[in-house]
Amino acid sequence: MIRSHVLVCGGTGCTSSGSRAISEKLAEELKIKGLDEEVKIVQTGCFGLCALGPIMIIYPEGTFYSMVTPEDIPEIVEEHLLKGRIVERLVYNDSAEAKTEDAPAGSLSDTQFYKKQKRVALRNCGVINPEVIDEYIAMDGYFALAKVLKEMTPDDVIKTILDSGLRGRGGGGFPTGRKWMFAKASVSDKKYVVCNADEGDPGAFMDRSVLEGDPHAVIEAMAIAGYAIGADEGWVYVRAEYPIAVRRLQIAIDQAREYGLLGKNIFGTDFNFDIHIRLGAGAFVCGEETALLTSVEGNRGEPRPRPPFPAVKGLWEKPTIVNNVETYANIAQIILNGSDWFRSFGTEGSTGTKVFALGGKIKNTGLVEIPMGTTLREVIEEIGGGVPNGKKFKAAQTGGPSGGCLPAELIDTPIDFDTLVKAGSMMGSGGLIVMDEDTCMVDIAKFFLEFTVDESCGKCSPCRVGTVRLLEILEKITSGNGEMEDLDKLEELANYIKSASLCALGQTAPNPILSTLHFFRDEYIAHIVDKKCPAGVCKQLLSYNIDADKCKGCTLCARKCPAGAIVGKVKEVHVIDNQKCVKCGACIETCKFGAIYKK
Amino acid sequence: MKSLEELMAIKAKMQDKVSVRTSSGDIRVVVGMATCGIAAGARPVLNAFVEGVSEAGLTDKVQVTQTGCIGICQYEPVVEVYEKDKEKVTYVKMTAEKAKEVVEKHIKGGNIVTEYTIGASQI
Repeated sequence: MIRSHVLVCGGTGCTSSGSRAISEKLAEELKIKGLDEEVKIVQTGCFGLCALGPIMIIYPEGTFYSMVTPEDIPEIVEEHLLKGRIVERLVYNDSAEAKTEDAPAGSLSDTQFYKKQKRVALRNCGVINPEVIDEYIAMDGYFALAKVLKEMTPDDVIKTILDSGLRGRGGGGFPTGRKWMFAKASVSDKKYVVCNADEGDPGAFMDRSVLEGDPHAVIEAMAIAGYAIGADEGWVYVRAEYPIAVRRLQIAIDQAREYGLLGKNIFGTDFNFDIHIRLGAGAFVCGEETALLTSVEGNRGEPRPRPPFPAVKGLWEKPTIVNNVETYANIAQIILNGSDWFRSFGTEGSTGTKVFALGGKIKNTGLVEIPMGTTLREVIEEIGGGVPNGKKFKAAQTGGPSGGCLPAELIDTPIDFDTLVKAGSMMGSGGLIVMDEDTCMVDIAKFFLEFTVDESCGKCSPCRVGTVRLLEILEKITSGNGEMEDLDKLEELANYIKSASLCALGQTAPNPILSTLHFFRDEYIAHIVDKKCPAGVCKQLLSYNIDADKCKGCTLCARKCPAGAIVGKVKEVHVIDNQKCVKCGACIETCKFGAIYKK
Repeated sequence: MKSLEELMAIKAKMQDKVSVRTSSGDIRVVVGMATCGIAAGARPVLNAFVEGVSEAGLTDKVQVTQTGCIGICQYEPVVEVYEKDKEKVTYVKMTAEKAKEVVEKHIKGGNIVTEYTIGASQI
């Protein structure tokens, strides 16, 4: 008889920090202690708190252990599982404070990180074993599919999705129900349902986590979509760099086929549906829906002009819907709980919840799901635990290379599709990169431009040529050769590229520049006029110097300098030759007296 | 999958297996499992509770968990039952048989088995 479950995170984050070794050690220890008949090890998807991995939760207590190592396992088994004593030193500290007489310490839902979250798309991630279809079914899995097939017409399904106000989670924010409506209205002998799992924004990993932690949710939703629009075939386009996600998805598809939840005559009706996986090679442009479809067809991933939209002429010229993984992850819940339930979260124009990948200068790096309309402050300070090392929050970047920055003065902005656009940024797929005072905004714009220059597919010249020109101007500015009229040129060119590019990649590529120019123009001016980088990032504008009063002449820095740029005799003040200096910063780290500074 | 009934059957079969993770914990049965408790035979008691609750079909409401030493070693195995808005009940010198009885009468029936509680044994 199983009395306790040990959930070990098997997401990519925790796997790379060694969760597999932990599972193995755990199985071994349980056997030694004769507990293997009473305690079950469950490998789950991502819990979201990736910074503290590997993560382990022990039920029924719900104790949340973080940063577990294989050496900790004997203690956990002996103390917690055998004797019922929680190993306090491994409990996530945020929750240890919440310990009371009645409630066991370290319960997951008590932590700051989870308290404000509302998990809809991620509800099964970190709860079920994604490789066991029965566990998904135990969590009401495939009941939504049964409901639509038995009780609803395709129009009922589309109406429910329309009424829910669900908008595409991949970036565009287009109403999902409308997409489905258009595809249903298209008359054709063949239609397709496509899942966009080509997650390309640097720093975003919610789609991967859903596929890894709850793949059946996507399969079920695609079947529901197939019924709604009249399609019998689905394709999941997922990048090959997500090996765990691909493997679990394939296992899930095989299990669903075995149970007859994919295949012919599902639930005894005349509805047939099956799903195939297509692996992408990781081109950013293939996240754009028309390029994605071209790639699924086996061609080079390049976008095609819209209209015709995929709902009219999509995959192999047949009507097709393309939805993002996270969008699909909401569908079954909306069908089961109704559109009013979904509307009860979020704001008027952006209903439901959104998953954000928190990254950058923040304490709790990881995945969070919050109701739309939660303010940036709540996300960063309360859920994310704030900016580490006592640094000041400077800006948050949303939407990756297509998005923009929200500066510190907009920290109380509620986050939803429309407020972000109004602030000059966009939701994108939900990457949220936090920056502190040590971040140079010009450098950030340059970073994202480098990315889009690399990833531009080259089909249309505004994007192919224009983004390179933008990058050249930025490099000119960060190297100290900028002129004031460069700023006007940047803006003019950016607007041309936005209006003339073929697809969303080019149309949004200038956003990081426009948004930083808008909110941090003074930093650009500092680079151009004062030839200074206020954050001390742009190397060519920096010089390293030694404070003569503090230098003791220990020679440590001179010995450490890889360029031989520091000269000086023992017990005499050293000097840095800025001609030779490569600005690596090794001397600052070496100096014990804090005598070296950069400006 | 040909019918909803089949799906329901799988769900029902699995309910017991995942409820350990989702139980509301309206009632919590806590078994003292320190060295003293284990030596006095707490493990069969714990297992009897787990089985009893499962057989009674109450896994969604009742959590069976362990704790360390409660401090009254001479009365081990000690079992405490917490119920929302009610006073904690402490059973002492438990056995697997007594555990089954507590599940039947107290957890299921709502009647405290007074003769096994700490109050009764002190007399």
